[in-house]
Order: sequence, then structure tokens, then C-alpha cells
Amino acid sequence: MLRPTLLAAALTTACPAFASDDLDALRAELREMKAVYEARIQALEARLQQTKIKTADAATQSIPPEHATTEATPAGNRFNPDISLILQGRYAHLDDVEHRHLSGFLPAGHAHDAAHGFSLDHTELVMSASVDPYFRGYFNLALLDEEVEIEEAWFQTTSLGNGLLLKGGRFLSGIGYQNEQHPHAWDFADNSLMYRALFGEAYGNDGVQLKWVAPTELFLEFGAEAGRGANFPGTDRNSNGAGSTTLFGHVGGDVGVSSSWRAGVSYLTAKASEREGELEDLDEVPVDTFFSGKSKTWLADFVWKWAPNGNAAEQNFKFAAEYFRRRETGLLNCAGGLCGADSAGDYTATQSGFYAQGVYQFIPRWRAGYRYDRLDPGSVDFGANSAFLPVTDFKPTRHSLMLDYSPSEFSRLRLQYSKDKSMESLSENQWFVQYIHSLGAHGAHTF
Amino acid sequence: MKRLLVLILLWLPVQAHAALNVFACEPEWAALAGEIGGADVKVYSATTALQDPHRIEARPSLIAQMRRANLVVCTGAELEIGWLPVLLREAGNAAVQPGRPGYFEATRFVPLLDKPARLDRAEGDVHAAGNPHIHTDPRNILRVGAAMTERLAEVDPANAAAYRSRGQDFATRWQAAIARWEARATPLKGMAVVTQHKSFPYLFNWLGLREVAVLEPKPGVEPSVGYLARVAEQLKTTPAKMVLRAAYQSPRPADWLAQRAGIPALALPYTVGGSERASGLFGLFDDTLDQLLKAAS
Repeated sequence: MLRPTLLAAALTTACPAFASDDLDALRAELREMKAVYEARIQALEARLQQTKIKTADAATQSIPPEHATTEATPAGNRFNPDISLILQGRYAHLDDVEHRHLSGFLPAGHAHDAAHGFSLDHTELVMSASVDPYFRGYFNLALLDEEVEIEEAWFQTTSLGNGLLLKGGRFLSGIGYQNEQHPHAWDFADNSLMYRALFGEAYGNDGVQLKWVAPTELFLEFGAEAGRGANFPGTDRNSNGAGSTTLFGHVGGDVGVSSSWRAGVSYLTAKASEREGELEDLDEVPVDTFFSGKSKTWLADFVWKWAPNGNAAEQNFKFAAEYFRRRETGLLNCAGGLCGADSAGDYTATQSGFYAQGVYQFIPRWRAGYRYDRLDPGSVDFGANSAFLPVTDFKPTRHSLMLDYSPSEFSRLRLQYSKDKSMESLSENQWFVQYIHSLGAHGAHTF
Repeated sequence: MKRLLVLILLWLPVQAHAALNVFACEPEWAALAGEIGGADVKVYSATTALQDPHRIEARPSLIAQMRRANLVVCTGAELEIGWLPVLLREAGNAAVQPGRPGYFEATRFVPLLDKPARLDRAEGDVHAAGNPHIHTDPRNILRVGAAMTERLAEVDPANAAAYRSRGQDFATRWQAAIARWEARATPLKGMAVVTQHKSFPYLFNWLGLREVAVLEPKPGVEPSVGYLARVAEQLKTTPAKMVLRAAYQSPRPADWLAQRAGIPALALPYTVGGSERASGLFGLFDDTLDQLLKAAS
């Protein structure tokens, strides 16, 4: 307040030659400056007063200032991506079996679960975050010795609204129930026979997915996917268009306060070109097979969960069952053994299977579970190759019992016993001890 | 198919005129939204007082409700970190994503207690932002109520005046109730108590209770018998008047210790619906105070 006055005085003495109207203009300007300064100071005083009141307020609430914070971090709202690492390993006691396979089924890719003794399962590295207000990104890397696999790397829209979600990139398909779960989320130490027969582990694809959730009280979700279709039951044809498409629908809800359920139907169609496989010929000599044609799979899934009053912390029970039916038509070439250098024949197969499992948490931290697997090789017609390749009506089955202990939400130890009759003329006792640890970002409690 | 389309078209305009759908993560916020929203809102509570809000799964029914929500009211501070993000992701509802007016976190409007000094899972289920159980202090409900009133007015401007008048009315009644409760609770000041989980630091801070022991060795970690025995031993030198737990928590540890130490074990309603009398926000505190006073005398 003092300064503008001083300045004005200095100016008037320093410049006596100023015309009087110039001086008036200058005075007016200075008055204006003075007014602005005063207003500012008043505003500052008011703010100071407010702060004083607030501090007094806080004091009366007797909240120690070092403990008080007004900046609560909203869930998942940081610039850094959520990072988590899954550590998984096991001890397996298995019989010595030369060629592990599912009798009557063409092998679906390579199987990881044959290591005896101590071994490391997939180590998974997961990162996810919002990309911007419109997209979310997710990345899942599976690490094995001398092998790194991008299991998932995708974006998903967050702002389309109207229940629409568009996903693009590499992702686990939304078909079935277990398909979207990574191995660390499974309720048993190994994969169900059904998923092993269908996809090896799970059906992943490079492509796009569109999902729509209906605005109804009953949960209704519909989805469609189109993708490269490089994975079993398709093959990488490196051509334009989609190698595989899927359609799926899910419905679900609550029954009272204690139970909830979800059911679904899915359909997958894929194209295969010279898809490699291995079978034994009539002399039990391994032969290579190459399938070219179409593969169509129907899946049905059902999940039921129960907890007293809906509070799963103490006790809870989960039942899950899935069924599939797959039809493959096309040409099958075989080479080696009785097939000779190369033998072509028509191929038509209609096969099915299911698993049903129940997992019961009887006291906090402890769960016990039972799973039954059964596959049906159905009808297989090798056409001209029927002279070389056997057809079986042996139905692979397996009983599994599991007990797991979770010291916290982030760690789990599991013991499992399986009576595996998935190979003809072999009944195998399998024992697994497994640990699953998850570091970093809090895991999602998916249904 | 055609019939379905016609049905959908017939039904859409009805939806547009319907009340504002409020998805509340916990019963206390559902009750508060009911007080302020009145008949202008349709409130759905994702959890009940008998469910542990840390350990909910993203069930299909919750996704369906999230899809229909116009406003999501949750506690925040990572209480719902296991399931709320999944619901927000799976429902395809752009209006309620974090950062949008349709997403409301109560802990944003309240100073939080017990901010952990060390962020490490070795410390148990710690919440980085602080203890999220803010609603056990009624003054926090007042703060959240004021913010919620403004948010409802923002999301549903057509009924803004009604929200503000109901919000003002609630605040007046609530302030009077707080004064009443505080007067009644004077005998509780300085009383030593044991809790099962750190569910009530805000309640203790409000009434001046002293928490001398917690039955969980670390947040979210179930106590072993050995640990409980140590707590019982500790109570011999620093005695407590009672053991407190929330209605949804297992009665075993609290009952065990209560028997051992010869003090009463109380199952406080913790939130709306946690006891017969706690059918609303006012009843929640009436019942909590009655139980505490009865056990203290």
C-alpha cells in the first residue's frame, strides 16, 4: 500500500515537466494498482482466516495431524501400472510314461505338465493400467526356461458405455468358464482333461472381442470374437481374414443372499491346415499326422457358489462343471509306420467330454476339493487311413482330490492326488505338492 | 427377435424416467444415499452387514447392477480393491468409471487414520491410504453426506433442489443425534477395549476409547491360539473392559479371549443391518452406544 504512494511521489518529483493531464492519468493508474493490491491482500487475509478455522476444527476433532490425510488414493488410480508376479512351483510324483497322451484324441499342442520331481511352473509377470480415459491395457508374460511366451497383451475400451466392451490384441477367449483363468487361479494343481483335449491349456487368440452386458437385473452377457486362429484346434495359416471365430453368452444371478450362479454356452470354429499331431498305428508305432479342415466346438459351463449369508471368509462352496462337443471334418495325412511315406484319407470325428468339480472351504484358509474328468472319443472315421490307424472306444477318466492351505490371500500351498486313467491300459497314481505365491498388485476376486 | 426388439424399445423410455440407480458398495452408504436421495433414487447395496467387505467376489449379479448404475458410492482407500475394479471393468458402464461424476469414494472427503508407516505385505492386509472403516465415526457420515448431496445434485441436476433440502434436513437431524450420542457416551471416555480387527479406530477416536490390543496379529491375518494366549497374558497387566468385533466377523477368537479374560465379548453391528436395531443409520449408533454402555456399567 505504501509502495504505490512512494512511487507516485518519486515520479512527481523526478518528472516535474510532465503535463498535468499526463500526471492525472498516471495517478489514476496508480490508484487502480493500489485497489488491486488491497483486494489481493484482503483475499489472502480471508484465506489465512479460513486455514486457522480449519486447523482449529481439526484440533477439536483430535486427529493427530501426522495420521490425517485428505488425499486418499482411489482404487487403481496411479500412473504406474499395477504389476504382479506369480511364483509357482511343484513337486510331482508320476509314473514313467513314454508318450503322455489322451487315448483316442489328437494331441492339442505341447503339454507342460509331465515334469517329475521338483520343477518350476510358469512364472507369470502381469502388468495393467489405464492407457488414457478411453482404453485399458493388460500384459501377461509366462516365463519358462529358454521360453518366454506372451500369454496376453491387449487393450480394452473403458468409455464406450452402454455395456459395450471392445478388446483387441492377444487374449484368452471368453468361451467357457475356466478358459480365461491362468493356471495360478485353477482350483487344482493340473488342468482338467477337457481343456487339455480341447486346447492344451486354454484357448488364446490374436484378434478382437466385442462384449455386451445387458441392462437387466439378471446378468446377461454376449460376446463375439474373430482372430488369427493360430492355436490348436486351428493352425497359423498366415492369411487374410479370420482363422477362428467364437460366440458366447453368459447368464447369472443370485439365489437368496447365500448362493450365486453363472451358466453359459459358447461356440468356437477354427480352420486348420496341416495341423501336426501324433498317433499310434495298429502296430502301436508312433506316426505323424497332419489334419486340414474345420473344427467346431460347443461348450456349456455352469458355476454355483455358496457361502453362509454370502460371507465367503469363513466357509464357502464352489461347484463348477463344463461340457464340450467337438466336430472336426477334413483330410488327415499320416506318415511313418504302416502309413508309409504319406497316406491321405478323409477324417471325421465327433468327440465330447466334461469335468465336474466341487471345492469346499471348511474352515478359514483350508479348502478341500474333488474333480471328476471324463472324455468320450466318440466316433472317429479315418476314411482311407482306417487300414492303418486304430479307433478306440476307451473313455479317459480321472479322479482328483485336493487339499489346499492359504496363509493369506497372496499365498497358497496345495496337495493333490489323482487317479489318472486317461491312457488306455494304464492306471496312474499322481501326487502333486504345489505352491502359488502372488507378489505386487492385489489380485482380482473374479467369480 | 422382432418381438424382443419391440419389447426393448418399449422398455427403454420407462428406464429413462425411472429413479437414479445408486450402486452402494456397503450398507452404510446405501442407507446414507437413501436418506439424501429419498424417492428420487433406487439404491442397491452390494454387500450386507454380515459380509466381509474386503472379501467379496465380482459375482454376475453385481456386474448386472453395476451396468445399470448412474452413481457408484463406495468407501475407497482400497477396501474394495479385490472386487470393485473387476465390476467397473466388466460392466461396460462409462458413466461410473473413476474420475467421472458417477464414481464417488467416501474416503476422499474424510481425514484417514492409521496410515501405515511401512507398506509391505509382511505387515498383513495393509491399506496404503489409511484405515477405510470411516463410517464408525458419525461426524464422518456428516462429511460424506454433504459431499454425496452435492454429487447427487451434479449427477441428477433435475432433482438437485430435492437432494439439497433432504441433505440439509438429514444434516440437522444427524447433528442433533451426534450431540445426544456424545452426551450419553461420556462414561465411555478412556475405557480400554480389545478389538478383533481394526474395524473401529474412528469410533474410538470419536468417543475417546483406548484400543489396548487387537486379536489379529496383523491386519487380515487370523489369530492363532498361541497369539490369543499372548493377548490374554497381556491383558493381565493392561486390563480391558470388553472385546469388540463386527457382526460379520467370526465369533470364535473374541469369545475365546472373553472367556479367558473374564470380560464380555460384544458383536457390534458395525454397519446398517448388523443387528435388528441397526436397521438405519440412527439405529446403528443407538445400538452401538447401548451395547457399549451396557457392557461398561
